[in-house]
Amino acid sequence: MAYDKQRADVYAQEHSLQKFEGVFENSPQLKKKSDKRHRKLLPSLEDAVKASGLCDGGTISFHHAFREGDKVVMQVVKVLSDMGFKNLTIASSSLLNCHDGLVEYIRSGVITRIFTSGLRGELGEAISNGLMDVPVQVHSHGGRVHLIQTREISIDVAFLGVASADEFGNANGSHGELSCGSLGYAKVDAQYAKYVIALTQELVDFPNYPASLSQDEVDAVVATEAVGDPSLISVGAARLTKNPRDLLLARIAASVIENSPSFKDGFSLQTGSGGAATATTIFLGEKMVEKNIKASFALGGITGPIVDLLNKGMIGAIADVQSFDVVAAQSLRDNTAHTEISANEYANASSKGAYVDRVDVVLLSALEVDTAFNVNVLTGSDGVLRGASGGHCDVAAAANLTVIVTPLLRARMPCVVDTVNTVVTPGETVDVVVTDHGIAVNPNNPDLEKRLHDAKLPIMKIEELRDLAIKRAGAPSPIEYTDKVVAVVRYRDGSVVDVVRQVAQ
Amino acid sequence: MKIIKKGMAGTLESSDVLVVISPNNDIGLKLVLQSKVEKQFGSAIRMCVKNTLAMCGVSDAVIEVRDQGALECVIKARVEAAAYRAAGETNSRFEVPS
Repeated sequence: MAYDKQRADVYAQEHSLQKFEGVFENSPQLKKKSDKRHRKLLPSLEDAVKASGLCDGGTISFHHAFREGDKVVMQVVKVLSDMGFKNLTIASSSLLNCHDGLVEYIRSGVITRIFTSGLRGELGEAISNGLMDVPVQVHSHGGRVHLIQTREISIDVAFLGVASADEFGNANGSHGELSCGSLGYAKVDAQYAKYVIALTQELVDFPNYPASLSQDEVDAVVATEAVGDPSLISVGAARLTKNPRDLLLARIAASVIENSPSFKDGFSLQTGSGGAATATTIFLGEKMVEKNIKASFALGGITGPIVDLLNKGMIGAIADVQSFDVVAAQSLRDNTAHTEISANEYANASSKGAYVDRVDVVLLSALEVDTAFNVNVLTGSDGVLRGASGGHCDVAAAANLTVIVTPLLRARMPCVVDTVNTVVTPGETVDVVVTDHGIAVNPNNPDLEKRLHDAKLPIMKIEELRDLAIKRAGAPSPIEYTDKVVAVVRYRDGSVVDVVRQVAQ
Repeated sequence: MKIIKKGMAGTLESSDVLVVISPNNDIGLKLVLQSKVEKQFGSAIRMCVKNTLAMCGVSDAVIEVRDQGALECVIKARVEAAAYRAAGETNSRFEVPS
């Protein structure tokens, strides 16, 4: 039977299907041979913004893999301001001290809403003093993915800084001269944003592997002078801290883990960043070698000491959502046992499987802990926003053993208190609080308390720690707040766990 | 104890306090306080400084206190040392009271 296009057209019409109107009718990108391969490579950020169709009132997103070295957020917001945009929502996976400049753009009305995991520096202070009309939504790393998937965060344009990209949009953070390591947060934005712009320092030949962000997710590629300074990423030096109090905290924390039922061959761990956490990793590593107890995997923000344990064969694999230093970024590039994972795989409570669900031991820090074991990692003792939710409540909720490490006093401020200024991680998900003056075990875990007691560790009631802190420092006057809510703390499932109010002047 | 010159004690390290005491020409005490923990401990620090000066018998002085979150015992010791130095007093006995 000869080809009869009309028969096909009639069938299509009768069955409400699309009529064939030529091979390029719905693939205009293939029409121009000269252009089809280079079509995504745009000469400037302004061109990419125009192509994205961003409107006033839209939502833009960023990732924070470059941490204090990030140069994308300020660069992009300046361009958007110069182009006359107003009333934008910023949804960055976090904001750091290097983003203090946003205050100016909030004042000028370019930015009117913020979603973030953290707020610090002058930005945090200004927001605590009532800078914004709409409260900031503070989410955890897992909770951010949940808010994106439930469309509360609906990203119009994602501006994603990468270490290397090809002209078709295959991009990563691990290869390239200025590498930031894992792009765990950006992967989610690339998947869900309506328009994705990859900003790259290095434009490399196609195909660029590994493609952490893949060509089928990226709309535009812009080569830019600077996306970030990797030397400012490092938040926990691989070198052992010399601070005697951090070393003491780390020794106690390592003993707590060693004497817990979770410390057995094949266990899994997350230890995070900061002086005490890094030192704990090193001390725990010594105990692992001594007793020949190997970990199946390590999770999280990854630091040099974790990589060191992988290289010694004491850890089987690393799942890396964010590389905290150059050693971690290099290991991600070079070692196949070190894998990049997305924030959805890392910690989203509503994903089909998050790595945190399989963590045995997690070590976390705190600004304040209260007698109900609630943890504040967001507001300082003066009530001002100066921290980040991060993966804190995500891992605490899922891990079998959650260890919080904090000095009893920071300068004169008690860190074990009656009630924390802001609850980020609910106390029922915390097992142990380690301080330099003693250890408190959550009464909901009597077996653990007995084991640690039998191991002759200095166990105290959490109320005793609180009293000791006040005995040393005196009782601080409570912080005064106004009624205005400046930030809303969202738990990992999207629910409101607490609100932060404006600090009274 | 009469304040005759500028006297200093302490540092700007975290958990310490820098105290500078200078003469105030017989017109009482003038205390200028800067503290990281002003909101939580401001009045307690002022009280501690004034009590310590009273104990030393200092009634006329300008006292500049830059506090980095020092415990009360530290504030007391720094104020006392600065007062002795500002008074040109060399026979001081800095002992821990039993």
